[in-house]
Amino acid sequence: MSAPQRSMRTPLGRVRANGASGQGTGQFIGQRVSAIALLVLGLWFLVSVILQMHGPGFVDSIDFLSSPVNAVGVILLLVAAFYHMRIGMKEIIEDYIHKHATKTVLLLLNTLVLVALGAGAIFAVLIVNFGA
Amino acid sequence: MAGATRPQDRLQDRPIAPHLSVWRWHITMATSILHRATGTALYGGAILFALWLIAIAAGTETYAPVGALLASPVGQIALYLLVAAFAFHLANGIRHFIFDSGAGLKPADADATAWFAILFAVAAPIGLWVLVTFGGLHR
Repeated sequence: MSAPQRSMRTPLGRVRANGASGQGTGQFIGQRVSAIALLVLGLWFLVSVILQMHGPGFVDSIDFLSSPVNAVGVILLLVAAFYHMRIGMKEIIEDYIHKHATKTVLLLLNTLVLVALGAGAIFAVLIVNFGA
Repeated sequence: MAGATRPQDRLQDRPIAPHLSVWRWHITMATSILHRATGTALYGGAILFALWLIAIAAGTETYAPVGALLASPVGQIALYLLVAAFAFHLANGIRHFIFDSGAGLKPADADATAWFAILFAVAAPIGLWVLVTFGGLHR
């Protein structure tokens, strides 16, 4: 990812404060690609819920998720949103939490909670469509 | 900033972020803070969205209190605020895409688009609420 011969920092400077991890660009692009996906998926979900659901009742919710288009859309929305959220919250934690142990725990939770909830929510959409 | 408190970083006086106490309040500062604040709110909203899906799959009895909460004034206000947070994050996100292209960075342009993002976040949820309530979308 990094090209040492073109870096503005000296090798000493890079080593002394550990330097950058060299992974910032990938996250920068990932955040923007997921933002474009969420622009479409978020608006789609908002409009679909307004047009198709009459209220937050159980039958309305089941009906909404039972449509194949809605089920796939909701799963895509979950994946794009959770990916985008993880990067955004990681940036916030890294900016404001300086205590190493606290930061590590929060970064771990940020990843693990989102992966667990994401898997659970996707499975929930599948259960609604294919039965328990 | 991660290593700013380590002694080896104090060898040189590196440039640091402006401190709020000596920084003039500016509309672009408000949008920057609001982008993180709405992002954090939407983070919470997305977690509730996942729990909503899990509650649906869990069946009628488990879902009953969730549905009641969503229909209650507290739930409706929370949903309204989440729509507002989404509207702001969306408008300001598009603003950041424009910045990424290198355009809109002149102070006057950045100020104008900042006001637009804030006004959009106020107007869009109101417009949507009016449309849903009086628009006859549900026949």
